[in-house]
Amino acid sequence: MEEQLRFRYEVDGDNFTSAGEASVSVKKKLRQLGFAPEIIRRVSIAMYEGEINMVIHAHGGRADVVVSKDKIEITLDDDGPGIPNVELAMQEGFSTAPDNIRSLGFGAGMGLPNMKRYTDTMKIQTELGKGTKIIMTVNI
Amino acid sequence: MKIKEIAKLLDAQVLCGDEFLDNEVYSACGSDMMSDVLAFVKDQSILLTGLLNSQVIRTAEMMDMRCIVFVRNKRPCADVIELAKENGITILASPDRMYEACGRLYAAGLKGGCTSEK
Ligand SMILES: Nc1ncnc2c1ncn2[C@@H]1O[C@H](COP(=O)(O)OP(=O)(O)OP(=O)(O)O)[C@@H](O)[C@H]1O
Ligand SMILES: [Mg+2]
Repeated sequence: MEEQLRFRYEVDGDNFTSAGEASVSVKKKLRQLGFAPEIIRRVSIAMYEGEINMVIHAHGGRADVVVSKDKIEITLDDDGPGIPNVELAMQEGFSTAPDNIRSLGFGAGMGLPNMKRYTDTMKIQTELGKGTKIIMTVNI
Repeated sequence: MKIKEIAKLLDAQVLCGDEFLDNEVYSACGSDMMSDVLAFVKDQSILLTGLLNSQVIRTAEMMDMRCIVFVRNKRPCADVIELAKENGITILASPDRMYEACGRLYAAGLKGGCTSEK
């Protein structure tokens, strides 16, 4: 496979009900492409956590998935408030999610650590008041 | 254990996915925090939860889980059931509380199988 495959999604920040749709769609596409279940699971869980984060912490954003010869790259890009202390945010259990988000099943402070755990590389670029961009790769 | 045995143990009603009742499942996980489910589950095929939103279905789908048990007689709305159907997931509704439901399944030999990745 010489050429790359690219999937792009707008993630709606005003609609919690649809949060996660993009990741479900990517999972189906990767299945059709015949990737190993373990690779598919790692990519889709990492993307799902990032997608939910954009909805609950950043009023939505954009998700890009690029499938190339040796890796799958997931980029999540938002115009939200940014992350003041990335090191803190990466700790298991750290969450600023309010009670209404917790009652929906999110806010355990496990999302970013999960993203790191399931991917081979993860980079976070964030600027307060401007937004956050997270780039993750999973080697094939 | 077959999904239909789980339904029987939990005195549960099948809300969708009858066609999968004969499928085998090997382990389960009970949680109301979706990121906890996503963190520690490996090859678990059943999710027990008290939450009712569409993220429960998507979380199960992300983990390749085949069956969701809603505890305490909670009933999801039609959209959530529809989403489960689309993804080939069986939904059971049990009158048990979370602790009892998990306990019954564990006692019957269905293990947790929780190992975190890497
Ligand atoms: N895209 C983002 N924009 C702004 N802040 C973010 C973003 N993603 C994460 N954060 C911040 O980092 C914290 C930790 O994120 P993480 O995903 O680990 O946990 P959570 O989303 O709060 O809970 P969980 O993921 O377990 O449901 C969040 O509570 C939030 O403060
Ligand atoms: Mg999160």
